[in-house]
Amino acid sequence: MDVVAAQDGPTGRMPTPGSATAVAPAASEPLLRLRGISKHFGAVQALHGVDLDLPNAQVTALCGDNGAGKSVLTKCIAGIHAVDEGEIFWEGRQVHIASPKDSAALGIETVYQDLALADNLDIVQNMFLGRERLSRALLDEDSMERAAAETLASLHVTTVRSIRQPVATLSGGQRQAVAVAKAVMWNSKLVMLDEPTAALGVAQTRMVLDLILRLKDHGLAVMVISHNLNDVFEVADRVAVLRLGRMVAQDAISAFDRQSVVDFMTTGASSREVPGSGSSHERD
Amino acid sequence: MARIEGEPGGASAPVFAVAAEDALDLTAADVEVIPPAIVAQSLGQYLRAWTARLRGGDAGVLPVALALVAVVVVFTIVSKNHVFLSAGNLVNLFDQSAVFIVLAIGEGFVLLLGEIDLSIGYVAAIGGIVAAQLVQPSTNWPWWAAIIAALVVCGAIGGLQGLVITRLRIPAFIVTLAGYLMWFGVMIYMLGAAGGVGITSTLWAGQVGLYGIVYSYIDPLVAWIGLIAIVGVLGTIMWRRDAGRRRNGLVAPPMGLTMAKIALVAVAGIAVVAICNVNRGSYLPIVGVPWVVPLVLIVVGTWTILLERMQFGRHIYAVGGNPEAARRAGINVPRLRTICFVIGSMTAGVAGVIYCSTLGGMTTNINGGQLVLYAVAAAVIGGTSLSGGRGRAIHGLLGGLVIGAIYNGLYLLGLEIQWQLIITGLVLLAAVSVDSLSRK
Repeated sequence: MDVVAAQDGPTGRMPTPGSATAVAPAASEPLLRLRGISKHFGAVQALHGVDLDLPNAQVTALCGDNGAGKSVLTKCIAGIHAVDEGEIFWEGRQVHIASPKDSAALGIETVYQDLALADNLDIVQNMFLGRERLSRALLDEDSMERAAAETLASLHVTTVRSIRQPVATLSGGQRQAVAVAKAVMWNSKLVMLDEPTAALGVAQTRMVLDLILRLKDHGLAVMVISHNLNDVFEVADRVAVLRLGRMVAQDAISAFDRQSVVDFMTTGASSREVPGSGSSHERD
Repeated sequence: MARIEGEPGGASAPVFAVAAEDALDLTAADVEVIPPAIVAQSLGQYLRAWTARLRGGDAGVLPVALALVAVVVVFTIVSKNHVFLSAGNLVNLFDQSAVFIVLAIGEGFVLLLGEIDLSIGYVAAIGGIVAAQLVQPSTNWPWWAAIIAALVVCGAIGGLQGLVITRLRIPAFIVTLAGYLMWFGVMIYMLGAAGGVGITSTLWAGQVGLYGIVYSYIDPLVAWIGLIAIVGVLGTIMWRRDAGRRRNGLVAPPMGLTMAKIALVAVAGIAVVAICNVNRGSYLPIVGVPWVVPLVLIVVGTWTILLERMQFGRHIYAVGGNPEAARRAGINVPRLRTICFVIGSMTAGVAGVIYCSTLGGMTTNINGGQLVLYAVAAAVIGGTSLSGGRGRAIHGLLGGLVIGAIYNGLYLLGLEIQWQLIITGLVLLAAVSVDSLSRK
């Protein structure tokens, strides 16, 4: 079934092909299933036949060194880049994501590192930006404010003083929370977060990690791009490691420890055996 | 086009809990940055939060209000027989300010994007000339048709400049600087050998109508009835909106503040109508509110609704605050920017028509360069930010009044052109400094 277009491995360092069976035993059919995704920009091959499963109600950490292709893969899912090759399955059905609108229509939301918030607008205005509710051609502020308050409350974001304060007055963690709340407002099923804890302090990081766990509790599939292995081991259920555009490992978090993730990120292989884990790492 | 299999939406909606409003406690760190209207629940709290915020450096419309008071006090003292504060001069002052007010509001649409339009002074002049020439005997259009034609021409100019800016990706500064020169030339060309066009003839209905914008007056009784109607409608809308939001537990200003705002509108309206209804004629009685007053209020009101109550306005602020965020939110940024240039130039057309009426015609002496600087200065003095994303139509009104008062006061003092230029420059510098300081 999940046959991936054959790719030339980068010489002998690759582990022998592991079992290509379903990775997460909990989810028989993941929410999003990528098979053999390839993407090149001119002569640069950014992604080589990448497979990725993102199951419901689980946090998947996407790890990789700089230039591994994490951002490109995220942007392919978000519809910013069109894939050259490969198949995308959403809830078991094959889909084509050609634009950000397509991914939004499926229920995919992305929180980019720069958060894309307008500092001069308040929290409600930012959360509804581009999808304002109207009543008789005028903005329906009351209904938008109520919905925004409900979403923030459901995510236990209670540290903001007023939902009507400009985003410029928020702390880094609060801004991240607003960006995440903005992403989950639209019946989204998959939320992708790009380095959500970069540039945050300890307390703020804690708050964002709690937020990620809450998304999972709500049944959403979450993909977190992170360099920070502490964060990864704190919130992730699954880990996927990209290296030089190839998926070198993808499994439940229990199959990894910090050192093995680093090994996969840097060399594409790990000789470490994680105690208590029987699973083998999937490749490509 | 994309083909999507599978239907969107339908995810299990999270169970929502209604947010419990946190108890209000005004810690110094918070009130300095958060607008007091959204955290205070009583007028007293509002005032305390407001003073704290003031000390934090964010003053809102206070600088422009103080500037207006200062200018009025100074010119009242130094003008001969305190003529500055006479009813006749105050009406005259508003007539002169009207051009700066409307021009500043037009420029505001472009400033909100973080751009600048240097051409609108001469675009306004062209609008005035188009209207004036269409009410000449040879064409003899009715005044309203001449005004519409002027606005269409100005809007087209704005659209042309906007398209060049957004499609060819040339900075607005350069494109509108080119426009400044071109429309100056076009203005001289349109006025021809005569070097001017007048609209003061009483023989032609169109000229009477155009000239009457500034020099015909609303019957005092009608003005009072109109004022009561406006304050009544506006007050009811404001009261019902705030009361409804308070009832539903949404963020709303304290009741006292809503009442204070309505009272302020009423007092300002009564003052304007009362002043205008004083006889200011020397031989024949001249009484009543000039038509330019409601015209300016319509411009302020319409653009306020567009900016603050409609989706398009919200998107303008978003583009001004963070164009990338706006783009990702699905807003067509180039299209929006082009439309803002169209709106800016069209509004400048209104200013041009008012200017034409004030002057009784257009001549090649019109200084569009000075007009545009006054417009930028008025907008910035009023509280509009040069860096985009912050500004309201009311800022143009207040800033325009300050500029108009300075202009009028210097004229009363009989200061010569060199002093006017020096003071214009200083005023512009002061306005930009205020903008820069308020962002620190």
